[in-house]
Amino acid sequence: MSTNTATHHDDHGHPTGIMRWVASTNHKDIGTLYLWFSFFMFLFAGALALGIRAELFQPGLQFLEPENFNRLTTLHGLIMIFGAIMPAFVGFANWMIPLMIGASDLAFPRLNNMSFWLMIPAALLLMTSIFVPGGAIAGGWTMYPPLSVQNPSMSVDMSILALHILGVSSIVGSINIITTILNMRAPGMTMMKMPLFVWTWLITAFLLIASMPVLAGALTMLLTDRHFGTSFFDAAGGGDPVLWQHVFWFFGHPEVYIMILPAFGLISTIIPTFARKPLFGYASMVYATAAIALLSFVVWAHHMFTTGMPVAGQLFFMYSTMLISIPTGVKVFNWVATMWRGSMTFETPMLFSIAVVFLFTIGGFSGLVCAILPVDIQVQDTYYVVAHFHYVLFSGAAMSIMGAVYYWLPKWTGFMYDETLGKWHFWVTTIAFNVTFFPMHFTGLAGMPRRVPDYALQFAEFNMISSFGAFALGISQLLFLYIVVKCIKGGTKADAKPWDGAEGLEWTVPSPAPFHTFEVPPTVK
Amino acid sequence: MNKRSILSLGAAFLSVYAANSHAAYALNLKTPATEIASQIYDLHMMMIWVCLAIFVVVFGLMFYSILKHRKSAGHVASQFHENHWLEVVWTIIPVIILAGMAYPATKTILAMKDTAASDMSIKVTGSQWKWSYDYLDQDVKFVSTLATSDDQIHNKAEKGENYLLEVDNPMVVPVGKKIKVLLTAADVIHAFWVPEFGIKQDAIPGFVRETWFRVDKPGTYRGQCAELCGKAHGYMPIVVEAMEEDDYNAWIVAKKDAAAAADAGADQEWTKDDLVAAGKGVYEKNCAVCHQVNGAGMPPAFPAMTGSAIATGPLEGHLDIILNGKNIMPAWAAVLNDVDIAAVIAYERNALGNNTGDFIQPSAVKAAR
Ligand SMILES: [Cu+2]
Repeated sequence: MSTNTATHHDDHGHPTGIMRWVASTNHKDIGTLYLWFSFFMFLFAGALALGIRAELFQPGLQFLEPENFNRLTTLHGLIMIFGAIMPAFVGFANWMIPLMIGASDLAFPRLNNMSFWLMIPAALLLMTSIFVPGGAIAGGWTMYPPLSVQNPSMSVDMSILALHILGVSSIVGSINIITTILNMRAPGMTMMKMPLFVWTWLITAFLLIASMPVLAGALTMLLTDRHFGTSFFDAAGGGDPVLWQHVFWFFGHPEVYIMILPAFGLISTIIPTFARKPLFGYASMVYATAAIALLSFVVWAHHMFTTGMPVAGQLFFMYSTMLISIPTGVKVFNWVATMWRGSMTFETPMLFSIAVVFLFTIGGFSGLVCAILPVDIQVQDTYYVVAHFHYVLFSGAAMSIMGAVYYWLPKWTGFMYDETLGKWHFWVTTIAFNVTFFPMHFTGLAGMPRRVPDYALQFAEFNMISSFGAFALGISQLLFLYIVVKCIKGGTKADAKPWDGAEGLEWTVPSPAPFHTFEVPPTVK
Repeated sequence: MNKRSILSLGAAFLSVYAANSHAAYALNLKTPATEIASQIYDLHMMMIWVCLAIFVVVFGLMFYSILKHRKSAGHVASQFHENHWLEVVWTIIPVIILAGMAYPATKTILAMKDTAASDMSIKVTGSQWKWSYDYLDQDVKFVSTLATSDDQIHNKAEKGENYLLEVDNPMVVPVGKKIKVLLTAADVIHAFWVPEFGIKQDAIPGFVRETWFRVDKPGTYRGQCAELCGKAHGYMPIVVEAMEEDDYNAWIVAKKDAAAAADAGADQEWTKDDLVAAGKGVYEKNCAVCHQVNGAGMPPAFPAMTGSAIATGPLEGHLDIILNGKNIMPAWAAVLNDVDIAAVIAYERNALGNNTGDFIQPSAVKAAR
């Protein structure tokens, strides 16, 4: 492998100050923008969740009238999904894919700039919709009509517009990533030599291109139902409210994998490093990812088992959903086999990765329980489902993002983060997360519906425990912010390759990674 | 503290715990009351045990590895990275396990969907935020709303045992009969869920969906709306009372008598004061959820009643909007009887800060339908 760090380019007059960021076409700067943006949205949507948990601390209404409670749950969901998790993965894609494949930048740097800056008006639309007359969107992030058509507030239209803009941003970003991966790999890096994170993002980008236009179609139908007299979702005009659910979940289920496949890629990068052993079953990891992606398009109606579809449909969607657990299981087995007979150390990124494998599997099992249709009849729209998707999205997606931030912080900043504080952040996050969400399995099974501001007395104890956990979880993320800022400001100098077990081209450039890298492509043996 | 006092404290705690009928810290599905619900219960227990077994094996290996294969313990990494035999085995075994799960689940699904050969049918309509029950073979229909007081919800009164799970008019069914439930909705999607029966079925406006249950033991069973349906989604419980057949028949007769009496009331001449007095209850049960108990409303979605152009304007307009609805305002013609509507009109015009002095007789409401 040859290395060309070409630092002389650093001083040939790219804009400085605010214009460095506004006009940036540099994949590293735009990656940084994405990551900070997503972290800010993570804190914002997390604060909304603390409002939810404050109201649910005790039965009865204390802080929020029901409609305001619904606004919080809706915005929490929308902003976490579209503002925090997805942009964070795009941030990693920006920073790391060119470094991992030995490319000098993404294929379309100006489109990359546009993808990021489209997010800002979208985020502003979502956040300012709180202040319009009629208040923020309140019908759940799934926006089921007729409820979402009935709501007269302008905030619903603002949210639709925001999601349209985010969809454009995602599609443009995906085209960029696919083009980069297919065309700009260093000589010698065949597809089956690509790091797994690159593979998972390649497949995720195809999922985005296939599913985002479907969401856009559904949103447009919703908009015309609201304002232009169509009745796609209104039985009185020949439509069907359930049509929305079909179209929405045709987007929505791939969306779930859009938020978890890159996480699989991150975990598959980190575990081999700290096990000092190659990833077990690289090829089967690639095939499993592709299988999950394909299956994700034929399982959507498992979100709709209670709508009353024909028995043949119910059986089809139950079986197809159960099948997804096979490639997912393969991944978990591969990670454990990678650790097996390694020489492991437990730095913060590794701790997060092990926790993700363990906790995501709990979410996978509860997902399998939900796939069993008769059981789903009992747990659908209860706190069991809330527990399930937080085990997948928090301890799957969000915690793998945290682990990966620690993993690459030395490469990004040139300094080592504070390992002691990192471990504190890990343990507090993991414990608080479980205190918050594990009891929800029980409240859900015992019959507590989701999206309610108030509940029967039998659920009081577990809800109080969940609320304590949630506040600890929220506050501990400020520690994360502190650790990152501290690392940017200085500390122990990081080597080009700070982790002795790490593999990959990103470790062949100095730390911090110079503004321009791989202007002459390296050769991969 | 010595050992004895700890023990007696524990015993005291346990007895308090046992006496607590709220089943605090309930961990599992509710005790099934139907055949379907107990099949679901068993399926879920099977899933738990199978998942737990896999979990223990996989993570037993992982934690063993974490303990033994660490650098600090001097373990040197081996460099193997594939094993085709192993990879085939751990793909095949899950397929077999999944097939073992799918078989009983499929049987239960087929039983759940079999609504044929039912003994009676009840049409259930969800609307914001109440359930209406229409006994199709009996000509009995009524509306069921939350019975928990606003003071309990706002922490001004102590919460009762069945807080949020109590209604004014429960659904009553005979035991041992296969009851077909025909579900629909008037405005947005709701979901009819009674956990102990193992049924949850969305109620979709403009469409009729079916489900069924047969409950064997008399008793009171409580559920809730399970699909987000607007601001009072958490406040539309379902209560089903299962009775022996004789008791059920007596209940049907009583319901019919009450309906006949209400009908007779519509032909009487009422005084303004009587109507206003009756209207308070109707208003607080049906209207206050949006227009507020004091009539202040929640503008812009829910206008104030006090000083409202409709409630202080012509009587015909007031009656029309209550009977037929407009935009978010639902039509009440099918929900409230003539006396209720006349009473609530009198109340809205002569209370809540309004004082028009006029009102309308129930007979006029009947004529306007
Ligand atoms: Cu409802």
